[in-house]
Amino acid sequence: MIKLLPLLALLFSFNAIAELRATGDLGIVIEREDGNALIINTTEHKRLAKIEKLGDLSHASVVFSRDQRYAYVFGRDGGLTKIDMLKDAIDKRIIQAGNSIGGAISQDGKLIAVSNYTPGGIKVFSSDTLELVADIPSDYGEGLRSKVVGLVDAPGQRFVFSLFDAGEIWMADFKNPKAPAIKKFPNIGKQPYDALMSPDGHYYIAGLFGEPGLALLDLWNLDAGVKHILSDYGKDDEKLPVYKMPHLEGWAVAGDYVFAPAIGQHKVLVIDKNTWELHDTISVAGQPVFVMARPDARQVWVNFAFPDNNQVQIIDVKDLSISKTLSPGKAVLHMEFTPRGEQVWVAVRDDNQLVVYDTETLQEITRLPANKPNGIFFSSRAHKIGL
Amino acid sequence: MLVITAVLAKTSLAGEPSPERQSALRNMLNHDCGACHGLTLKGGLGPALLPEALAGKPDDFLISTILNGREGTAMPPWQPFMNRNEAAWLVEILRKSETKP
Ligand code: HEC
Repeated sequence: MIKLLPLLALLFSFNAIAELRATGDLGIVIEREDGNALIINTTEHKRLAKIEKLGDLSHASVVFSRDQRYAYVFGRDGGLTKIDMLKDAIDKRIIQAGNSIGGAISQDGKLIAVSNYTPGGIKVFSSDTLELVADIPSDYGEGLRSKVVGLVDAPGQRFVFSLFDAGEIWMADFKNPKAPAIKKFPNIGKQPYDALMSPDGHYYIAGLFGEPGLALLDLWNLDAGVKHILSDYGKDDEKLPVYKMPHLEGWAVAGDYVFAPAIGQHKVLVIDKNTWELHDTISVAGQPVFVMARPDARQVWVNFAFPDNNQVQIIDVKDLSISKTLSPGKAVLHMEFTPRGEQVWVAVRDDNQLVVYDTETLQEITRLPANKPNGIFFSSRAHKIGL
Repeated sequence: MLVITAVLAKTSLAGEPSPERQSALRNMLNHDCGACHGLTLKGGLGPALLPEALAGKPDDFLISTILNGREGTAMPPWQPFMNRNEAAWLVEILRKSETKP
C-alpha cells in the first residue's frame, strides 16, 4: 500500500495535466438555428465542444469573464447563459426578458448588463450568480417604453446605452450597484440603431437610422452633452433600402480616422477623429454591416447586408482603397480577428462553415464545419473596453 | 440584375411557388426577415409576425408591406427579390405560423 501511493499520486497528476486547459485562445461560435454554442480553439483551429439548448440565438452576442473562464451568451429570447469553458458545460442559465438584443460586462467584471426590446430597458445581474442586481426600464414620455440598443461598458463602472424609439442616450453609473445613478441625454437624433465605445473608453457613438449622421458622446466631457456629427452627409442622396441593420460593435479606428458604415448607401465613411468631420467615403459592394479594423488597424474588413452578403472587402488603411474582395461563401454574417490580428475567422451561414484567413496573404487557411453560424467571439474580448 | 431574372424565372406567375423556391423563401423568412423580426418571428427591431399579430390585417396590406416596405420605418421593400405571388405565399405561411422548415 505504502509503495502504491506515490504511483497513484503520479497517475492522478498525469490525469490532471491531461485535463488542464488554458482559455486565452478559446472562443465561442454561435449556431443560430440550433441554438448551440461551439467552444473552439483559435490556435489549433479545433472545435472542442458543443453546448446545446441555449434558445433563440438569432441575434446572439457573447461577453467573457475577466478570468476568461466563463462566456455569457445573450439570446434573442431573453435567455442569458453562463458557459464554463473549462468544463464544457452550462454553469447557469436564466430567461430574463421576452426579447433582447445584447449585453455587456462591467469594468470590474462583477456585473452583466442586458439590453432588452420587450420589456424595454436594461437589467443588470451578478456575473457570479446571475441574480438580479438592478432593473432600469427605458420609460420615456407617457406610458412609453423604448427598445434599448448599443449597450456597452464604460470606464468608471458605468454602462452606456441608446433608446431606439425615444432617441436618447443613457448612462448608468454602478459604483454603488444598489443605487445606480442614471444620467440621460435626450434628443440625440432619430432612431439610434446601434452604438459603440472607442477602445480607450473615451467616446460613445450611436448610429442613427431615422436621420443622417451620428450621435457622439465625449465621456471626458459629459457636460458638453451629445453632439450630432455628419448631419449633412447623404441628406440629399436617395436612401437605398437596408436589408439588415449595420452593427457598430467593431469600432474601426486607425490613426486619425474612424471607419463607420453609411446607412442606406453602399459606402464606408472615413471620419476625422480630431474634427469629427467627414474625411472621405469609400464605395463598397453593398450595405456594410460590420466594419472592423484588424487589431493593428492597417486593414479594415467589411461585410454586407443581403443580397451582397457573399462578399467581404478589405480596405487598405494606408491609402483608403479596397485592396481585395473575397467571396467566402453564402451569407457572411460575422468576422473575428485573432488577438493580434494575423488571422481572421469568418462565419458563413448558408454554407455552414467557418473560414479562417491569413490577413497578410489574404489566403484561406482552413474551413471548419458549423451549422448556420452567425457569430464568432474570442475570449480575448475579456480585456477590451466596450466589448 | 442577373439574380433577379434568375429568381423570377424559377417561379410561375400563378399558383404556389415551386418546391425549391418555397425552401428558398422559407430560408429567407427564417434568416433575412428573422434578422429584424426574430428567428421565431416573435419580433425584434420589427414587430412580431405571428398569426395573432397579423390577425385582422388584410392580405393585400401585408403583401404590399412586404413588396414595397414602409416609408419612414426600417421595413425595406422586397420587390427586387420576390414577386407578388411569392409575397402572398409568405403571408399565408405567416398566418399558419408554418415558419419552421
Ligand atoms: C431591416 C429590418 C427588417 C427586415 C430585414 C424585414 N422587416 Fe418587416 N418590418 C420591419 C419593421 C421595422 C416593421 C414595422 C413597420 C412599421 O412600423 O409600420 C416591419 C413590418 C412588417 C410587416 C407588417 C406587420 C404588421 O403587423 O403590420 C410584415 C408583414 C413584414 N414586416 C414582413 C417582413 C418579411 C416577410 C420580411 C423578409 C422578406 C421582412 N419583413 C424583413 C423591419 C424589417
